[in-house]
Amino acid sequence: MNLQIVMLLGQDGITNGAIYALLALSILLVFTVTRILLIPQGEFVAFAALTMAAMQGGTPVRLGWLLLALAAAALVMDSHAAWRRDGRIAVRRGPALGVAYAAGLTALTTLVPLAEAGVALQALVTMALIVPLGLALYRVFYQPIAAAHPLVLLIVSIAVHVVLVGVGLLMFGPEGARTEPFSDGGLRLGMVMLNSQTIWVVAVSLALILGLYLFFERSLYGKALRAAAVNRLGAELVGISPELAGKASFALAALIGSLSGILIAPITTIYYDSGFIISLKGFVGAIIGGLASYPVAALGALLIGQAESFSTFWASSYKEVIVFTLILPVLVWRSLSHHGAEDEE
Amino acid sequence: MKPGVLSKTPTVKPAVPMPKLSPSAWILLALLPVLAVAPLVLPTYQVTLANNIGIFALATLGLVLLTGVAGMTSFGQAAFIGVSAYATAYLATVSAADLPGPLAWMAGSPLAGLAVGLVLTFAVATVLGAVTLRLSGHYLPLGTIAWGLSLFYLFGNLEFLGGHTGLSGIPALSLFGIAFDRAEALFYLIWAILLLAVVATLNLLDSRVGRAIRALRGGQRMSESMGVDSFRAKMTAFLVAALYAGLAGWLYAYTQRFVSPAPFSLQAGIDFLFMALIGGVGQVWGAVIGAAGVTFAKQWLQDLLPHLLGRTGNFEAIVFGLLIVLLMQRLPGGVAGWIAKVFERRRHRPTGAVDDVDLPAAEPLPRREMPAKGEVVLEAKGVTRRFGGLVANRDISFTVRAGEILAVIGPNGAGKSTLFNQLSCVDHPTSGEILFRGERIDGRTARAMAGAGLSRSFQHVKLLPTMSVLENVAIGAHLRGSKGVAAAALRLDRAEEARLLDEARRQLIRVGLGQYLHVEAGSLALGQQRILEIARALCADPCLLLLDEPAAGLRFLEKQALAELLVKLRSEGMAILLVEHDMDFVMGLVDRVYVMEFGERIAEGPPETIQTNPAVLEAYLGGVE
Repeated sequence: MNLQIVMLLGQDGITNGAIYALLALSILLVFTVTRILLIPQGEFVAFAALTMAAMQGGTPVRLGWLLLALAAAALVMDSHAAWRRDGRIAVRRGPALGVAYAAGLTALTTLVPLAEAGVALQALVTMALIVPLGLALYRVFYQPIAAAHPLVLLIVSIAVHVVLVGVGLLMFGPEGARTEPFSDGGLRLGMVMLNSQTIWVVAVSLALILGLYLFFERSLYGKALRAAAVNRLGAELVGISPELAGKASFALAALIGSLSGILIAPITTIYYDSGFIISLKGFVGAIIGGLASYPVAALGALLIGQAESFSTFWASSYKEVIVFTLILPVLVWRSLSHHGAEDEE
Repeated sequence: MKPGVLSKTPTVKPAVPMPKLSPSAWILLALLPVLAVAPLVLPTYQVTLANNIGIFALATLGLVLLTGVAGMTSFGQAAFIGVSAYATAYLATVSAADLPGPLAWMAGSPLAGLAVGLVLTFAVATVLGAVTLRLSGHYLPLGTIAWGLSLFYLFGNLEFLGGHTGLSGIPALSLFGIAFDRAEALFYLIWAILLLAVVATLNLLDSRVGRAIRALRGGQRMSESMGVDSFRAKMTAFLVAALYAGLAGWLYAYTQRFVSPAPFSLQAGIDFLFMALIGGVGQVWGAVIGAAGVTFAKQWLQDLLPHLLGRTGNFEAIVFGLLIVLLMQRLPGGVAGWIAKVFERRRHRPTGAVDDVDLPAAEPLPRREMPAKGEVVLEAKGVTRRFGGLVANRDISFTVRAGEILAVIGPNGAGKSTLFNQLSCVDHPTSGEILFRGERIDGRTARAMAGAGLSRSFQHVKLLPTMSVLENVAIGAHLRGSKGVAAAALRLDRAEEARLLDEARRQLIRVGLGQYLHVEAGSLALGQQRILEIARALCADPCLLLLDEPAAGLRFLEKQALAELLVKLRSEGMAILLVEHDMDFVMGLVDRVYVMEFGERIAEGPPETIQTNPAVLEAYLGGVE
């Protein structure tokens, strides 16, 4: 192994690590606000990458139909709730608008050819599909059991993941896909050639992390979410609706997931079920951060990226074994520094 | 205490008969002839299917114990099956020359395969459990997901395990001269093992260890202060579940005669959880119902869906996933839970008489040596507790003697609860000492103190609402028994169990709850639940009783009865400390009163002098002019 290979592997590790860090942050965000471990986080990544690829390849974009189905389910559930409450069926504006939005976007993505639209517009359409998907997932699957035991939330998360992977196979087929890089060429720094996609990934990740920081530090909604994460009941008492907090955190998670998918699609071939393994590395990062600390989780995810990249070089076929075994020492350390039994709510 | 004083309750639900063997005995009796005949009349294809169901049910049974009873969850069952199946397959196919000399006898031996498979499963589960079970409930599922994935890749890459193609050519199972070469023969073996495992699980749940495991779900703080080691109970449930999977893996290897990584993937681990949930994690039989239901439904869907969707793929997962979501939203008890509800009979309606017909009297448990009357049992010396800048307790000193009742009173925010937490070793002083029978106890765990003779009740009642009153109280006697998992599973613990339950019965009769022994604890009135906590504390045979607002929520007659009980305990030499708001209750009962305000002592003495103490009056009434 010479310096050049080290640089190359390091660059790979940073690229992947940055994506894992984004996912770790979004997993933590959802977990602290809603107590839900967002196992389906990876599906946002895979769906975004494959939707981009479908647009660029000129194959039908089917994600709109899933969004439409979930929006319709949300509308039905909402009307049903209204009927049980007031004894008559009422259609509220929000869910109805959701269905209209999903229908419009489905029409757009199926009827208008987007192959020549350019990466920026394609990325925008992809996010316009996936962010509301996150919202709808929360509304349909999690909101009815938002107050349940964490174990129930975890089981539903796993079930939703399984459903989405199945639907992913239905929508995108078993073939993998890769998209065009955002730009050609690269940047030469001394003796190191920086891949242009690496620069994109790092730049967008940094921008996103900065954006999230500003959102949580400066904006009222960000502060409301933080309040909900610190004390759910207290936040509710001062007027922060847990539904809003849940939906907002899911929308943010979908936004981060779709961006990650768009960024990673030119580097790695993505299959309908690739999202899980990718997001699991984000989970490992989040575990390193003790499911609590954002900076430690991000650092942990970067570490995972490096470990993965270097183990690819030394023991390629044991890459995943090495990466997932890394959580053992972390868990040992956490167990040793933890004491006492607590009841979970 | 007079029986009947505390007896007026509007609704009393019968306890879920989890440990009652009778319904399960009926199911067993009904099942046995069906199982005996099934392989004789069914076509081989169906028998093979039934074999798979039996193997899946065995692994799912572990999850029922883990998820439904202990409130934890794991995605590692498939991986544990894999470990054992691979160990079995490897030893069955390896030639003796390839094994190191001393181990050569293992080649081709099914029993060696079983032993190695179980030992490996046990070892891996011990490591996984040790690093995740002390942490919050999310680490076990995440840890088992990661380990399940790692193992899948490991199987696929290890040359000596055949890589992705796996190991084939496993010879037919032959045990003690009996050949299990046909599906029909294996059927009897698999279902015999499954039924034994079901019975062992039912026995385990109906025991001292079983109560500790059942208390994990929502009762950990309570059971720890009764001396239960929660970590150990979690580990027990996890290891038993893993060993069932290991057993299933051994059977799997000899049923398929071929192993490859695919059936042990994480997806399979998720399938097992779905089986457990659909069957119903609250009931042991849910494992069998779930395994059978999911296997049949899967077959049906795999035929149907490709026609509907026009292509092939793992689409039944969509249906199962949605079903699970629906189940969690609407019917968390699963199929077995629903059946149990439908058949729930009100067999234990309290009649007003002591309800202990099916509890034979047993030899009383040995008692601890009580301190002599007047001996100092508990002593606080300059106890100070700070939370950051706030001083919740400042320089608190007092003693409690055997045969004496001390009340700690004070307005809200006086620091009583903080003090109580430190005395019961849930929290620890910033400075100062707490001595129990002359030994320092600050810094020790609540669990250690339970063994030493310090017993407590909780301000907010902590009991296990779906367990019977008797079982709830028996948790208090946890440390007075010693029988473990194996004894419980094999029913070798009955003599000790009878003594523990008899002790619980005696304490319940003593506090006046004798007619409620077999009802669900959650259906008692709040006042009765408080009394239950006292019976549970007494079950530990304490010499010091710490009671946190025992009279709160009690009606007048109930308070009188409680006071009588406490007076009786005092006369027997018990040291009692109570934190209380109810002045009438306190003043007529206790020997001394310790008054706190803003974390400090403002007065101490017999009730008569406290009632006229100007500082106390000022604290309570806002000053006397």
